[in-house]
Amino acid sequence: MKNDIILSGVGGQGILSIAAVIGLAAVENNFFLKQSEVHGMSQRGGDVQSHLRISGKPVDSDLIQLGKADLIISVEPMEALRYLPWLSPDGWIITNSSPFINIPDYPPVENIYEEINSINNSIIIDAGYLAKEAGSARTENIVVLGAASPFIDIPYESLESGLRKLFGRKGEDIVQMNLKALKAGRDFAVTKI
Amino acid sequence: MKKKRKLLLGDEAIAQAAIDAGLSGIYAYPGTPSTEIMEYVRISPVAQERNIHREWSTNEKTAMEAALGMSYTGKRAMVAMKHVGLNVAADSFINSAITGINGGLIVVSADDPSMHSSQNEQDSRCYSHFAFVPCFEPASQQEAYDMVSDAFELSEKYHVPVMMRITTRLAHSRAGVDMKAEAEPQKKIKLPDDPLQFVLLPAIARKKYKTLLSSYETVRLDVRISKYNSFRDDRKRDLGIITCGIAYNYLMENINNRSLRYPVLKISAYPFSNDIIREITDRCKEILILEEGYPLIEDKLRGILDNGIKVYGRMDGTIPRVGELNPSIVAKALGMPPTDIREVPGVVKTRPPVFCKGCGHADTFNALIEAIKQYGPGKVFSDIGCYTLGALPPYNAINSCVDMGASVTMAVGAADAGLFPSVAIIGDSTFTHSGMTGLLDAVSKNSPVTIIISDNMTTGMTGGQDSQATGRLQNICTGLGVDPAHIRNIVPLKKNHEENVTVMKEELEYRGVSVIISARECIQTASRRKKNTIKDH
Ligand SMILES: Cc1ncc(C[n+]2csc(CCOP(=O)(O)OP(=O)(O)O)c2C)c(N)n1
Repeated sequence: MKNDIILSGVGGQGILSIAAVIGLAAVENNFFLKQSEVHGMSQRGGDVQSHLRISGKPVDSDLIQLGKADLIISVEPMEALRYLPWLSPDGWIITNSSPFINIPDYPPVENIYEEINSINNSIIIDAGYLAKEAGSARTENIVVLGAASPFIDIPYESLESGLRKLFGRKGEDIVQMNLKALKAGRDFAVTKI
Repeated sequence: MKKKRKLLLGDEAIAQAAIDAGLSGIYAYPGTPSTEIMEYVRISPVAQERNIHREWSTNEKTAMEAALGMSYTGKRAMVAMKHVGLNVAADSFINSAITGINGGLIVVSADDPSMHSSQNEQDSRCYSHFAFVPCFEPASQQEAYDMVSDAFELSEKYHVPVMMRITTRLAHSRAGVDMKAEAEPQKKIKLPDDPLQFVLLPAIARKKYKTLLSSYETVRLDVRISKYNSFRDDRKRDLGIITCGIAYNYLMENINNRSLRYPVLKISAYPFSNDIIREITDRCKEILILEEGYPLIEDKLRGILDNGIKVYGRMDGTIPRVGELNPSIVAKALGMPPTDIREVPGVVKTRPPVFCKGCGHADTFNALIEAIKQYGPGKVFSDIGCYTLGALPPYNAINSCVDMGASVTMAVGAADAGLFPSVAIIGDSTFTHSGMTGLLDAVSKNSPVTIIISDNMTTGMTGGQDSQATGRLQNICTGLGVDPAHIRNIVPLKKNHEENVTVMKEELEYRGVSVIISARECIQTASRRKKNTIKDH
């Protein structure tokens, strides 16, 4: 088993929570893991990424090699494209549809969708809508994780228990909301494969 | 002993290892990518139980000296900073090698090659060699953990501080780490045997310097150094590869699982014995050297004449001269066939960091821009922090960002040269880090400068650590001798804009030292504080 995943988004959008859930799930399954994150300057509304590597064997590099990522999971559509050089020829992109516009020259979002759709293996998901349905707009990142879950070689139940561990402190309501968000994302994605 | 396993950042592995090695105190000033070392100790239940000292310091020099003071008492201490912090602490760092230590002392310096969050990419290994201080450069989180107890032992055995040099990718990457089940007890107070050990009068310093130089030679052979420098031979010996620190992972990523085979020398501790270099250079025809940082070993291997063994590395362009390594750069250096790589489509625009919505710095800049317009551009010196974003559009409001505190002193120098008005805009934490002394310069010669302290009551850029300035700025400025009539307080809010512009205009015109404290809490820390108070109730 080997999953090399790029997580991307804008500082503050919660990609590190996605990483944490997958990380906890990987540990539960005794997989080896390396996860490199961005801290510092770009967390102020700049582009952020995390390289997450899970494997049945010890992982060497903390960074994924160009052209070798199995999956790009993005909470923002333009940010998904920023990491295309990492995507392997048969890798998948799973991205949120809603743009985060904090720059004056943000391109028309249709042009971004067009680029994403030109990649065979891609799923664009309206995570904002599904998150609200699940109970809170704050679970957008978890909806995206749910949509990516069929492509991660970790049992779905482990992702659920990862969510429980991560959000357990915040109370059962928050946990349930996130579990619902995860499921909504997954249900959407399985119809697209 | 039973072991525990935990997912830890490289930074956290160092912190946990220090706690487990009987640490009594850690001193630090925040700075990416080192910040999480102190943050981990601060929230560690074991650290709390053991009453390990873990308060932020005012700057890296005060941190280094306080750690040395703790070492003086015989206890184990750690000091952590980002690479440029070591410039600030350099005086005490270099002299601490000459005094030597009493309790084990580890200096962690976290480098930032590629300058993800820094103004340069200096390589701290240069400092360790410059100071004749042994240096560990872990390749993995586990190695980082394991090295800490060796570093403390080495420090105590040779009576020198020991450096741990890490880089961004290790500092901020998480992996499983096996750790000791139980932390060692802290050391008891035991003052140095020689009461003059820390007295660097020239006559004493000369003796101690000689001792330092000779211990720097013997330490090369110590097992705690040699066990981290390993040579793995191979029958195929055309090309031998030397890796330093984290570069080893990038090499292994490329050659594991493939039939590629090379003799490999992994360097993770300095100073190493030259024999280990000969092991590989005697066997191989050519050497590729992979260093995360400056081409330090490469430069030595080539020498001035560069007419010995054929060396590939950063200096001949096999690897880019600047920036961090990654597995793709290493693949190319190994001559592996290029993989098909997609390009970033043209629709993707750069997304530079920006002020958070509602940030007080933005309001301060808006007022300053209007107040200073009549004097023309080029008159505002600034500093390092979130407020440096004032350099970017739409503000384009500052003309410098050099090193912590430089805004104040550069404004003084420019005023000396006749620039008027000469303005500094500096953050609260940066001001107490290194701005106060510059303000004293200004006061003592009554420079016509206007210093704006953009006070968000936190150390924002690095994630919102407490700022030593909070609640003290007024008193500090009066205490340093600024005329209280020219210490003005404003609140950077849209509704105060006109009023703030007026205050700024008045002080810009004043031909003496004035300080404008523009204070409003960082919205990130404010919202975190609110959340926490709700939780507490
Ligand atoms: C010598 C040195 N130490 C630490 C840093 C890291 N650093 C950069 S900005 C900053 C925080 C500055 O805080 P403050 O002045 O309060 O401004 P804010 O970010 O809150 O706006 C720190 C710690 C650095 N660049 N140089």
